[in-house]
Amino acid sequence: MDISFVILVEMLYAVASLVLISAGLAVVFGMMKVINLAHGEFMMMGGYATITAVGLGVNVFVAMLIIAPIVVGLIGLVVERLVIRHLYGRLIDTMLATWGLSLVFIGLATMIFGNTTTGISTPITGFAVGGYQVSGYNFFIIVVAVLLVIAMIAVLKGTRAGLIARGTMQRSDMAAALGYSPDRIYMATFFCGSALSGLAGAILAPLVGLVPSSGGAYIAEAFITVIAGGPSLIAGLVSSATTFGVVNQVFTFAISPVIGEVALLIAAVILLRAMPQGITSRFFRGRL
Amino acid sequence: MGSSATREVVLILIVSALLIAGMPLLIGTYTLTVLVIYGMLGLSLGLIWGFGGILCFGQAAFFGLGAYTYAISAVNIGESTLPMILAVLVTAGFAALLGAMMFYGRLGDVYLGVITLVVTLILFKFMNSTAGPQYVIGDARLGGFNGIPGFQTLNVPGDPGAYIWGDSLYYVCAVALAVVFLLVSWLLRSSFGRIAVGIRENETRMALMGYDVAARKTVLFSIGAAIAGLSGALFANWAEIVTPTLFSLGQSAEIIIWCIVGGLGTRLGPILGAAGLAYLKFMLGQQSAIDNTLIMGLVLVLFVLFLPGGLVPAVASLWAAGGRLRRRPVRRMRRPRHG
Amino acid sequence: MSLNRREFLGRTAALTGAAMLPTATLAADKIQLGSILDTSGIFDAYGKPMDQATRLAVAEINANGGLLGREVEIIDYDTQSDMALYSQYAQKLTRQDQVDVVHGGILSASREAIRQTMRKTQTLYFYNVQYEGGVCDRNMFATGVTPAQQVEVLVPYAMKKSGPRVHILAADYNYGQITARWIQKFVQDNGGEVVATDFFPLDVSDFGSTITKIQQTAPDLIVAPLVGGAHLSFFRQWAAAGMKDKIPLASTTLGVGNEHKVLTPEEGNGIMVAYNYSQELDTPENKAFKEKWQAAYGDTKAIHELAVSTYQGILLWAEGVKKAGSIDRDPVIEALETGIAIVGPAGNIAIDPQTHHVTLDVHIMEFEDQGMTVIETLNQVAPVDTQAVCNLQENPDDNTQYEIEI
Repeated sequence: MDISFVILVEMLYAVASLVLISAGLAVVFGMMKVINLAHGEFMMMGGYATITAVGLGVNVFVAMLIIAPIVVGLIGLVVERLVIRHLYGRLIDTMLATWGLSLVFIGLATMIFGNTTTGISTPITGFAVGGYQVSGYNFFIIVVAVLLVIAMIAVLKGTRAGLIARGTMQRSDMAAALGYSPDRIYMATFFCGSALSGLAGAILAPLVGLVPSSGGAYIAEAFITVIAGGPSLIAGLVSSATTFGVVNQVFTFAISPVIGEVALLIAAVILLRAMPQGITSRFFRGRL
Repeated sequence: MGSSATREVVLILIVSALLIAGMPLLIGTYTLTVLVIYGMLGLSLGLIWGFGGILCFGQAAFFGLGAYTYAISAVNIGESTLPMILAVLVTAGFAALLGAMMFYGRLGDVYLGVITLVVTLILFKFMNSTAGPQYVIGDARLGGFNGIPGFQTLNVPGDPGAYIWGDSLYYVCAVALAVVFLLVSWLLRSSFGRIAVGIRENETRMALMGYDVAARKTVLFSIGAAIAGLSGALFANWAEIVTPTLFSLGQSAEIIIWCIVGGLGTRLGPILGAAGLAYLKFMLGQQSAIDNTLIMGLVLVLFVLFLPGGLVPAVASLWAAGGRLRRRPVRRMRRPRHG
Repeated sequence: MSLNRREFLGRTAALTGAAMLPTATLAADKIQLGSILDTSGIFDAYGKPMDQATRLAVAEINANGGLLGREVEIIDYDTQSDMALYSQYAQKLTRQDQVDVVHGGILSASREAIRQTMRKTQTLYFYNVQYEGGVCDRNMFATGVTPAQQVEVLVPYAMKKSGPRVHILAADYNYGQITARWIQKFVQDNGGEVVATDFFPLDVSDFGSTITKIQQTAPDLIVAPLVGGAHLSFFRQWAAAGMKDKIPLASTTLGVGNEHKVLTPEEGNGIMVAYNYSQELDTPENKAFKEKWQAAYGDTKAIHELAVSTYQGILLWAEGVKKAGSIDRDPVIEALETGIAIVGPAGNIAIDPQTHHVTLDVHIMEFEDQGMTVIETLNQVAPVDTQAVCNLQENPDDNTQYEIEI
């Protein structure tokens, strides 16, 4: 009984962390049809922003939930103005340019922070469930992921900005004709996407050892989750994160972590072969 | 077509003979060998991406597969001829299967990128986790992260004792590159090559004209992979060790950067891009003022922003402009397509 | 187009520069020491301090009048954590620069990428890193600690402190696999039992399921030869789950890259390790070494075991040269094979003639407030693992990396 509860928590945690890792990329891809391959490095910078802020004496939750997203969002804004803006409509070129940017960020972070592993300790302690210890921080991540999804739905459905955003998502030319500058909408979107990436990096920072090349570990999973999700932003994100998270954990517990990761990748290949336009091209059509 | 084709072949032969003989005066043959091998790897992606419009994020998978196939079969056979052939065939066969799965499934650009990327990751993760003694193929331990050292390196066919290494290996690799270059030129001049370019330009139109697009893309993809496999096998001979980093995303990224910098839609661009950037990386290792990753990243960003066509087309158009002044006939350059 | 032309000119200049290299002859009166390390890229946390240690050692030799009356000069290349560059620079060092000795290589894969080149060109090679053991090559000296030297000491101590049931978590590559087997052997020799062994590739960073699994096997002790930044996550997540004070941990690798300074005291305190060096060693040699480092580089934070190994490796080589009275390979090897010893920052270290490995002191330590406190010192532990398979005195042409059967 205890063990099944522990495994359930691990599964929810796996799904939640996939949602967190992929959210920033999904927003940028869903709105702008731009794949940001520097996404992992945005997460890495979120981690460093948190660690630096905590080192300066800021409360760890303030650092994670407020400072890191703002810092990374601003970096994203600069990147958008300097590079991405010139490449709209050229999907492959944006992928290549952001790939180059990811190398630049790794290089910069190496020059500033060095390649030594850094990190902060987890701010929430574990507790016992029957005979097992469970990490309290896993619950925190699950809660944050749920709140994030609710917030995204609320913003997109409930606010005027969300309405404009949804309109731009469907027909950017029509939105432009109605007087909403796509340029500014894209700028705002990229800011939000980068901030989400920063948030994800910050929240995962206490669990891992951070080095400048850490971002590479996330980009492939995030990329796969977003692409497999398909055209609907939130439904796609949640459904593909759930699929992959569950597959990964089932194989991890049954065999080993490596097989879990390979199973995730193989599931992605099968899924894309069966549904070339992603999960939401077949299910949940027309949802957000 | 006859006379211009002959003229081109003669020109290629003369230029490559001059380069093969002349380059060792500028750069040590050992470094030159790997530049030639990378050139061949660049050409393999240049062919399928520049002329076939297939953006493969996992060309490193074929490079690594070629190298591993060579290493594993060389350990078991103890002679290099068959392993070289196997390296090319296994890679081509694997690519044909993968390509058929993707192209008959009518996957779009981005999805194709994801699948090739994922396949590379799977190979990388698998090879990385084979350190245990249970992972053996014949006499060859896969070795996990540390790779496979100490296999039989290239020898004169039939005589396992007569190793080809050092300067001779350079000449073998350089001649192999020239031969591959000629074959690619021939392929692009043939109707197959022209149809491939047609598919790149407008897939639907070619399908409506009655060509089997999926089959042709699969064949082209597999030819590109075969070239990558050959370069992988040569690389294994040069490095005398194969490790899973051959499959890494970083390696895949570099191949794409080579093509972009050199120039897509040209045969020469990817080769020069590969050799040039690899040499730049080699030179950068001798200084420590600026982080090298940073420089490679900046090169990529600047090229995408300011010179998306790459170096070779830019130089060629300069040349053509100069030529027009001298009243020479101008050959039209193929322009790359942007996704 | 101006950018384009500039690019072209830049490249031409680079080519011309390179063209001049092979013909330029360097002053022959200096002894040349080749160094080949990752000072950028993902392994630079290991490589940078090793590079600093190399410079420190050579500067010290030169300050004392050089070797055989000649100054020692370093020729160094940064391999950028790229295995292909190891092969290239090794060729350059041996064929073009024709150095007298090469010190370097970090990962085992990098060592295997260059070892044969060194052997073919008869260039003496020093590999100054803790590694899995078993390389038997007369041309190479390995001055780092090997698994048996650590495990033989660490396992009995840790088992005495905790209990007989052991769970092993190891990095899934050569080093981890071999170390895991040694741990198993010494656990059994000491009357214990290995309840489970798990291997993790170097990029695994999520250990949630593993922590659950460990609770199912309920061991008395965990021995964790985990390697690198991703694996550091295990110690974080272990502490976050609140397991740290329930089952004790021991490791043969944690701290080599100064990981104990990254983990907080709450995460790290009490983890048991065994190494040749710790900054907290209270010996006059270590104090002097730290002062020299401080004077050269400002602070001593970066010093780790691999840096000290490199420093000691260079001093050992220098002793060999002095004793041989020559810089040529064969006299130096013969001199080193007399069992040359020095007293370095980590204590007495002596060449084992049979294996070309070293006999050294191993200290059992525990993490305490981001430092390593020495609990017990075992003097002069021999490399028994490599000795079991390698005898260069009887078989000098051996050129194998043995996988030690246990």
